[in-house]
This record gives sequence, C-alpha cells and structure tokens, in this order.
Amino acid sequence: MPTEFIVKPLTPEQEKRRRQRNIAIAVTLAALIAIFYAMTIVKLGPNVFIRPD
Amino acid sequence: MSLVTESDVGLASSGASPSDYLALLKPRVMSLAVFTALAGLLMAPQPVHPVLGLISLLAIAVGAGACGALNMWYDADIDRLMARTAGRPVPSGRLAGGEALAFGLVLSFFSVLTLGLCANWLAAGLLALTIFYYLVVYTIWLKRATPQNIVVGGAAGALPPMVGYAAATGSLSLSSLVLFAIIFVWTPPHFWSLALVKSRDYGRAGVPMAPNVWGPNATRTQILLYALALAPVGLLPWMLGFAGSAYGAVAALGGAGMIFGSFMVFRVRDGDRAKKIALRNFSFSILYLFALFAVLVLERIVAIWTGVVW
Repeated sequence: MPTEFIVKPLTPEQEKRRRQRNIAIAVTLAALIAIFYAMTIVKLGPNVFIRPD
Repeated sequence: MSLVTESDVGLASSGASPSDYLALLKPRVMSLAVFTALAGLLMAPQPVHPVLGLISLLAIAVGAGACGALNMWYDADIDRLMARTAGRPVPSGRLAGGEALAFGLVLSFFSVLTLGLCANWLAAGLLALTIFYYLVVYTIWLKRATPQNIVVGGAAGALPPMVGYAAATGSLSLSSLVLFAIIFVWTPPHFWSLALVKSRDYGRAGVPMAPNVWGPNATRTQILLYALALAPVGLLPWMLGFAGSAYGAVAALGGAGMIFGSFMVFRVRDGDRAKKIALRNFSFSILYLFALFAVLVLERIVAIWTGVVW
C-alpha cells in the first residue's frame, strides 16, 4: 500500500525563521573559512613567501 | 493508502530562530569560561600569537557552548518543571531535543578540531574532556544522583583555564592547576547559595540539590566551610608568585567578603531576609570570581605590554 505524504506549506513566520537560519549558517561558514585561512597564514609565517623553483 | 503527516516522520520544519540556537549555548556560562580561559592563556611564560590566541579562545567558547546545548538536550524533562529553566528552547517547544543534540555534537566536533589544529592536541584533548565530563559525568550521571553533583561536576567548569594554558604552551603547570582549584572550590558556595533560594524548584524536578537532601542548615554549614577554604586558595596565585600585589589585595578583600557573606548565610536562617542574604552571596560570588580573573588578566596584559613583571 503506497504511503502518501502531506506536506503543509510553511507559514510566513516559519519562512522568515528558515531564512534567518540560512543566513546564520552562511555567515558561520564564511567565518570558518576566514578563521582557517588566517590560521594557515599565521602558522606558515614568512614561509608563505617561499615558492618551489 | 495510508496518510502520514510530516510531523509523523520527522519532516516537520523547525520553527526555531537563530536566537533559539544561541540560547542553547548558555551565553552567560560561556562568557565566564572564555574569561577564565583567557587568564590561563595569558599565564603562559611566552605570549601567544594574538590571532592564534583569539581563535583558540573562540574554539573554547564554542566548546563551552556545546556543553550547554548537550546539557539542554538531556535535561529538557527536568528543565520543563523548573520556573528558572522552563523558558529554554527545548522545554518550551521552540526546538526539538534532537536538534539540540545534533547542534551540540557538531559544535563539539568542530571546536575540538579547530583547537587541535590552531593550538595543539593537548589543549584539544582537554577541551574534549571538559565536554565529556560536563555531559556524561555531571549531567547524565551525577546531577540526578547525588547532592555532591555540583562539587564533582564543578571540575568541568574549572577546566577552561587549563585548556587556555595548554593552548598557549602545549603543557600543564602549577599556575593553571591553581586557577582550576580556585574555580573548583568556588563552585559549591556559589551554587548552594542559589539552591537555598530555589530549593522548591529543584525539589519539584527531583534534582537532589544539597538543601533538599541535607536540609538548608547543613547546606549553610557547607557553604561557610567552602568559603573558608576558598579565601586562602584564592590567594595562592599571589603567594606562589605568579600574580602581583594588586591581585593579592583583591583576593584578600574578596576572600574576606566571601567569608563574611557565607557567615551571614550561616547565621540568618529564616524568612525573606535569609533568602535575600543567600541571593546576595550568590551574586557576590560571581563578582568575586570575575574580579580575581579580571585583575589576573590586567596584570598579565600590563606585564606583556611593558615587559615589567611585578
């Protein structure tokens, strides 16, 4: 017997909160990238300028 | 044909806002953890690179927040029964328990990983131990089992300075152990002063806090005894030579204040005045710990800046 899903549409309030959550996740991911980038540069120090021949 | 609604299969869209997730982190507890970790970080003999220090502190903050989220996941049933905690995101229904658990686990993983990569794996291991201890030893095991819950569990709250020191040096030292000891001995008089006022709340939730099990008077004696132990422990950084005279003065005055406040809690036992005094002791204990670590941090910043060590 097939199962049918009923998906209720989101209320405007739920949509607003979903949008806020998405923005928060995007900001967090961007911050994480910036943190790991900064960490790498600081740890490499002057060695960052050494290039293989 | 069978009809299944989205809530039956867990597809219900969460109605939580980012602020609900933020509340899971217990920001006030988190700020104390960050502050004490900063003190540990600055105790290092060699100053740490400011960017790496900042990222380490952020990782410790997120780890402390993860503890809060995992605690709120596990304790939702008792939080629902206490006025102080009924408005939290999970018991109030704004967030599902599973969401809090997933959030806490993801934050735990990333905070430990980031600290390991940024500082070292000793610090990361200590942060992982802190999260494990807070969730498993304190929240799951001790909190509902014994009135010594906050005494033994207090170790989790006392670990951040050691994590901070380990992040800066890759090792442990007597100075970081002393900072651990200060928070560890501070925890019982701090929490029990609040528990004296909120004992009905804890009783309703079945949490065996000291006033509910030992009775208020025995708890008052314990508060006074711990305050008597706390005052000299608070002076140790100055006595052992890794804090200056400003710290020594604040620790001596604050310690005397803690003993006096706890003595008043011990002496005044009935009526609204007793509750007021217990609450005042609770508030003073926060001020005391904050002042100790603030002076410690300021002294270290001045020493690093000027190169002058007291």
